[in-house]
Amino acid sequence: MFDWGFTLVLLTNGLLIGLMYSLIALGFVLVYKATDAINFAQGEFVMLAGFIIAGLLFLAGAPFWVSAIVAVLGMVAFGFGLERIVLRPLIGRPIIAVIMATIGLATVLRGAAPLFFGAETRALTLPISDEPIVLGTITLPPVQLVGALLSLAFLGAFTWFFLKSRMGVAMRAVADNQQVAMAMGIHVERYFAIAWGLAGIVSALGGLAWGALLGVDVHLALIGLKVFPVVILGGLDSILGAIVGGLIVGVVENLAAGYLDPLVGGGTKDFAPYVLMIVMLMIRPYGIFGKARIERV
Amino acid sequence: MFHRESGYYKTTYAKDMALYPMPVARWTVAAIVLLLCIAPFALHEYYVSIINLILVATVGALGLNILVGYTGQISIGHAAFMSVGAYTAANLAVKLGWPFWATLPAGGLMAAAIGAIVGIPSLRIKGLYLAIATLAGQLIIEWTINHVPAISGGAQASIEVPRPTLFGAELKTQAQLYWFLLFFAALAVVGTLNLVRSRIGRAFIAIRDQDIAAEIIGINIFRYKLLAFAISSFYAGVTGVLYTYYLGIANYEQFQIVTSIDYLAMIIIGGLGSVLGSILGAIFVTLLPIAIRLGMENWGGALFSAADINNIIPNLRLIGFGGLIILFLVLEPEGLNRLWRNIRSYFRVWPFSY
Repeated sequence: MFDWGFTLVLLTNGLLIGLMYSLIALGFVLVYKATDAINFAQGEFVMLAGFIIAGLLFLAGAPFWVSAIVAVLGMVAFGFGLERIVLRPLIGRPIIAVIMATIGLATVLRGAAPLFFGAETRALTLPISDEPIVLGTITLPPVQLVGALLSLAFLGAFTWFFLKSRMGVAMRAVADNQQVAMAMGIHVERYFAIAWGLAGIVSALGGLAWGALLGVDVHLALIGLKVFPVVILGGLDSILGAIVGGLIVGVVENLAAGYLDPLVGGGTKDFAPYVLMIVMLMIRPYGIFGKARIERV
Repeated sequence: MFHRESGYYKTTYAKDMALYPMPVARWTVAAIVLLLCIAPFALHEYYVSIINLILVATVGALGLNILVGYTGQISIGHAAFMSVGAYTAANLAVKLGWPFWATLPAGGLMAAAIGAIVGIPSLRIKGLYLAIATLAGQLIIEWTINHVPAISGGAQASIEVPRPTLFGAELKTQAQLYWFLLFFAALAVVGTLNLVRSRIGRAFIAIRDQDIAAEIIGINIFRYKLLAFAISSFYAGVTGVLYTYYLGIANYEQFQIVTSIDYLAMIIIGGLGSVLGSILGAIFVTLLPIAIRLGMENWGGALFSAADINNIIPNLRLIGFGGLIILFLVLEPEGLNRLWRNIRSYFRVWPFSY
């Protein structure tokens, strides 16, 4: 007998978690879209933001809104600084160099953050009620709901930004062809910095949402590994793709955990998205919404 | 500096491709061999154990450098290939009682087969996509080993292996293991040196530099990319087997993604596309945590309380690794090998540098 109620619960949870994945994937996509750089440290960005918020809340005793705003500003500054110091010298170098530099950065952040903020897990409580919202058979945990709403809000904001705003159009131009953009009078390097700054903002909110869900410690960075199935499924340079990819990964994960785990004894949650990703890489590497510009060899 | 060149006198291809470009190189190699032979007798067991770790790391770094440095294909999943080798050898040694000279190539071949499978996407995708595909390979292999008791031996996913025996004698002490590991490390070094100057190695380099041009001059990209993955994974598998024999236990925790990054750090710090660089990188990355621990134990007390130091060391290690990767990428992309060459060419013409 197929249990529809159970499936429905898995689906809604999957969709909510999926939207939270999208939020993090958004930071990755923004950077890739504008600068062609790959950020393997996206999870560590989120972790750093979580640490800043938790650090201000617990160590400095700051009120919640202040720490959230400081985290956003801090992450923007971090994005700018990172672009200037590490990534600008790597422009024009093989792709492997950028990948390795961000892996190196991820390692540094994972080592440095606990030194400054302490290694213990800190609970990050949002100033909202803990009461889950009940809709018939489904219960919606408020933390995930907030994360999902944040994610949707940013999807809207960034879609508008890229389609309508002057800055967004310039950024698309930079992403499309740097030389032509430069010839049209666009300050390419400035837009690289802005892209990293935007990734900082998204990561700060990701840190807020995920920190509230999982608690803040070094393991928060592990959700960075989930970004890759999301962006590969959706397409590396598509904001819509980040959302759709996130939803797919969230749903697949929850369905796997609900139906496959009892068969093989657990752990399929972390496994299924990667299998899906490998299949996607084999048949359509540029993703559902990505631009097809893979070179065939 | 008893030897000084006055010009470029290589007139045949054979001379240009020779292993020892100058007579002095032959003497240097002889001196290094001599030092390596004295080492286990002259050094304390602790230092021999460090050299052993370096020897194991050298094999792995060479393998990864063949793939990343020479062929230009990135792999973030190399530790997984090591675990494939390690568990293959451990299972064969424990369940079938195979000796090390049979399990070692078996582990390597198994890793090569898996590596070639993971490398298949490299035919369609490159750069970032390949990095992500190999990352997925790492996670999937790790998961499989962890969840299939037939491979991982059940509890804690670790298998104890018997010590390697040679002519009926068990290799137990660090000095005995040193000879065991040194033999395979030397084999790997010579093998790589010869590989990269052979037809295969040149094909790898051609693919790295310009894959389309390589295809046009008649290199079968399909074959050589898979070959690069297979050879590189073979080295990785052998590294895993050697490490397993060295520790006496096969454990997946030794082969997690952090290890993959350690090995990538080795070849970047040492120098991509260079045998000497792989060795220097292996030495550097193996010594770094030891140096940090030593430094913190001796002078760390001035900055931190004694209880904190043990917690801080792993963090400092991460910061050191990551920082060095970034530093080398930004400032000296060709790594220690380049620094060494700069020093050498400075002294080569030393008093008359103009």
